[in-house]
Amino acid sequence: MSWVTKTLSSTLGKKLLMALTGLFLILFLVVHLIGNLQLLLPDNGESFNLYAESMATNPLIKVVSIGNFAFIILHVIYSILLTRHNKKSRPIGYAETAASTNSAWSSRNMGILGTLILIFLLVHLKGFYYEIKFGEVPMVDYAGIMYKNVFAIVAAAYSNVFYVVFYVISMGFLGFHLSHGFASAFQTLGLNHVKYSPLIQKVGIGFSILIPALFALIPIVMYIQSV
Amino acid sequence: MILDSKIPAGPLAEKWTKHKFNSKLVNPANKRKYEVIVVGTGLAGASAAASLAELGYNVKAFTFHDSPRRAHSIAAQGGINAAKNYQNDGDSVFRLFYDTIKGGDYRAREANVYRLAEVSVKIIDQCVAQGVPFAREYGGLLANRSFGGAQVSRTFYARGQTGQQLLLGAYSALSRQVANGKVKLYPRSEMMDVVMIDGHARGIVTRNLITGAVESHSAHAVLLCTGGYGNVFYLSTNAMGSNVTAAWRAHKRGAYFANPCFTQIHPTCIPVSGDHQSKLTLMSESLRNDGRVWVPATKETAEKLRKGQINVNDIKEEDRDYFLERKYPSFGNLVPRDVASRNAKYVCDEGRGVNETGEAVFLDFRDAIKRDGKSTIESKYGNLFDMYKQITGEDPYQVPMMIYPAVHYTMGGLWVDYNLMTTIPGLYALGEANFSDHGANRLGASALMQGLADGYFVIPYTIGDYLASTPPKPVDTTHPEFQKAATEVKNRVDQLLKINGKKSVDYFHKKLGKIMWNECGMARTAEGLKKAKAEIKQLKKDFWSDVKVLGTNEELNLSLEKAHRVADFIELGELMIDDALNRDESCGGHFREEFQTPEGEALRDDENFAYVAAWKYMGENQEEELYKEPLVFENVKLTQRSYK
Amino acid sequence: MQLTLKIWRQKNASDKGGFVTYPVSDVSKDMSFLEMLDVLNENLTEKGEDPVHFDHDCREGICGTCSLYINGKPHGPLQTTTCQLHMRSFSDGQTITIEPWRAKAFPIVKDLVVNRSAFDRIIQAGGYVSVGTGGVPDANEIPIPKTIADLAMDAAQCIGCGACVAACKNASAMLFTSAKVSQLALLPQGQVERKTRAEKMVAQMDAEGFGACTNTGACEAECPKGISITNIARMNREYFSAVVSSENV
Repeated sequence: MSWVTKTLSSTLGKKLLMALTGLFLILFLVVHLIGNLQLLLPDNGESFNLYAESMATNPLIKVVSIGNFAFIILHVIYSILLTRHNKKSRPIGYAETAASTNSAWSSRNMGILGTLILIFLLVHLKGFYYEIKFGEVPMVDYAGIMYKNVFAIVAAAYSNVFYVVFYVISMGFLGFHLSHGFASAFQTLGLNHVKYSPLIQKVGIGFSILIPALFALIPIVMYIQSV
Repeated sequence: MILDSKIPAGPLAEKWTKHKFNSKLVNPANKRKYEVIVVGTGLAGASAAASLAELGYNVKAFTFHDSPRRAHSIAAQGGINAAKNYQNDGDSVFRLFYDTIKGGDYRAREANVYRLAEVSVKIIDQCVAQGVPFAREYGGLLANRSFGGAQVSRTFYARGQTGQQLLLGAYSALSRQVANGKVKLYPRSEMMDVVMIDGHARGIVTRNLITGAVESHSAHAVLLCTGGYGNVFYLSTNAMGSNVTAAWRAHKRGAYFANPCFTQIHPTCIPVSGDHQSKLTLMSESLRNDGRVWVPATKETAEKLRKGQINVNDIKEEDRDYFLERKYPSFGNLVPRDVASRNAKYVCDEGRGVNETGEAVFLDFRDAIKRDGKSTIESKYGNLFDMYKQITGEDPYQVPMMIYPAVHYTMGGLWVDYNLMTTIPGLYALGEANFSDHGANRLGASALMQGLADGYFVIPYTIGDYLASTPPKPVDTTHPEFQKAATEVKNRVDQLLKINGKKSVDYFHKKLGKIMWNECGMARTAEGLKKAKAEIKQLKKDFWSDVKVLGTNEELNLSLEKAHRVADFIELGELMIDDALNRDESCGGHFREEFQTPEGEALRDDENFAYVAAWKYMGENQEEELYKEPLVFENVKLTQRSYK
Repeated sequence: MQLTLKIWRQKNASDKGGFVTYPVSDVSKDMSFLEMLDVLNENLTEKGEDPVHFDHDCREGICGTCSLYINGKPHGPLQTTTCQLHMRSFSDGQTITIEPWRAKAFPIVKDLVVNRSAFDRIIQAGGYVSVGTGGVPDANEIPIPKTIADLAMDAAQCIGCGACVAACKNASAMLFTSAKVSQLALLPQGQVERKTRAEKMVAQMDAEGFGACTNTGACEAECPKGISITNIARMNREYFSAVVSSENV
């Protein structure tokens, strides 16, 4: 084995990949949210549709989005590898545990939270990404140029109360996942310091509340607008 | 046989240097042909095993623990002495030597003690190089604290866990040699006998504590680094597993046992709380730097306190008797351990003891907290205070600690010469297992020093002298002597398992402990000792006819392990009593009530008892024979110890 | 006090094992937890039953020999060792479940006794400064800032009991390993072998079959010596910088 593969197959190496991909996905969330918030602009979706068009055509974005998918897949694969390894490390469990007294629930259930988020992601991709890319999308005319009316697809989806509820609950899972994942990634990278770690903790908590809440706000508002 | 201590001639300060030069050497290519067995992996054992392996010898290290790091050296709290004179307060090798000889009440060998003081400075260098995180000053240099029996600050420490850090240092050196393949570790293996071939120690027989297998291991020399025998008292500050078995089996094979009655009773332990008590916990002597020892001035006040009618913090200053400061103004609370312990006993005997049992005195930090602030005290003793609170449920920041003396260390042990060799050629004893350096009383922070001195800096030189004259031919474990020893061990196991009596092993251990504590503890009388001897003889009979050991040999069997150990403790107890009876004087930890000054201090008899009492085993149920090694003092004047 | 003990009994490594329930009475609040087990064992011996085997030695909270997973927590309800746990932490009539440490790397020997020699092998992989006896500089020739010495001491306090592994949902030994890596990485004495040490100790830790770290912090919360998980971050840092910069290919 070369030193690279040896490192990446060590427990620390696997954790390093989890942390790096996690941090990238955190960044992606921010970018994605900024784009999505345009759904709430009172312009019948014009800015959002223009934004969607630019996303679909910009070559840089294309590269990044391939990277994004790759990181999601890596994050998932390595979580499975780590979980399997960890399960093997304790073949016989305890009859009684009081884990709640020594650690946060979310930190102990990152795998479950991640799986739920993955399910959401698949539904989300099927509903929007796939539809927009390969489905039949109505067109809209802005200043003589025809654009895909992505906004219409989103608005249609968010008029379905079940979809909205599913979306909001999933953002809850995301929040819990982030509440541990954010600071944990820094800890894994070894970025722990008396001066900065408390700040990272706080930012992590703030992030894990704010970002999912804003994501959840979009379907709620659009649902209310639809009725 | 005349005991030859092999002390080199010449001026005190040159003895060790000269001796090292005169010792034979084993050439590097030959060292790898020799095997050395080290039993025990505490400070002495781990440091010896590591140092010998570094030299090139093949070492086999045995411990009954699951890991070498568990040895009881780890529990030493306060610190380690070294004559570095970093504090510029007048310390020197000679002063450390003098303090140790005087502290030991002039019952130790001058040459050994001087060597100990001499190598003490190298120990600190060695430990620092290993990464032991000693306490430091803001300038980055090493910090010191003062300890009982000394007027200079020469004690190096790592919070209240000095023993732990030193042991982990030695353990790391040992681990390095295990990784190098020069040391083979045998954890959970208990030494059951020494194997002698042609009068030399050539191996040991062990019992694998997990499988019960009796195994033979050969070597060209055997080092016993197996600690002290304080658990003969049942209640002591020793770990539950600490035992005399290895030393005792060696004794039965011909190693003389020296000064067995010299036991140290440590003044600052947490008092006994009830019959269920399994062991006593020491509070580091360093606490006496800032804590003040006192009891109520009158019996009446003490009685009210015991009944809970008054609160300790309400007792006025004039109603408190700081008895150590009163009796010993120049050393105050820092008098040596034996003096502090005995005085605590006196005030409690007068009825002024303070807890429910009346067997406790206060160690009070009120004034220190007022003077230095709580945070300073916390940084110095925080972990000790926490430990006290956990055990007693009381907060020593609010109410004074309660302490009482408890058995802590045994100065006696296997007799060794200047080379640390016992009376069996090829068999060495290091650390607390030997008798050599502390006389009748050990000064605080000197046990760690001795363990490491023996292991790092003495045995690597002295063992060469013996091995150089031993052919490097491998010793064969198929030799009939190995078979014989192994059979004896197996028979003994069978015998213990067969008795199937009514009383548990602990029952006998507790009973032995009571006899020893009452009659051979802090104060002894000829009458009491004679009574105790008869009781122990009876106890031994009862043990071998009525003990109940469950289970089989072929498994992890704690009661069987313990039965072996207690059987040996009972025999040792009898020898301790013989020794205490023989020594018609008081010195250090050995206090015979018949021999005291009008002020109640120990009264030595230098004319008749300035000797090491070495006992030779004469056979089952036979009286042991006494051999005397006269102690010659050329560099210190024998005086009545005074700490006033 | 009267208590009901539910204790894991297992004759040897290959036995399947199971819980056995024992009532104990006459327990005093001043007893330590192990003294309470002593009482149980004396009773069992009297009845001719095999006493419960558990590891213990110093009973002062420093040797790290005692273990026991008590009511779902390593070393029981307080952040201390089992030997320093006293019965005043329990209430009359309570049922107490006692299990051995559970980890692949800590196989059970008998009842509550496990084999923790994996820890020794991790130290043997590099938890030392390679200096032989003698020939070292004077102790004061290596000045160390007090804050650094204190941090090193914080890490060096580890007693190797394995509570971190027992508490961790992944049976990870990161806290144990990182405490030693940290201590020696902080001190000037440890610099020479700094990179190799981090690489080797992590490799050994993995080879022993311990789990990975999820940063739950359970190890720190349960460590009787309060070893901080900042040490784990430091070890990660040490390891990553070692693998990219060391000469070990």
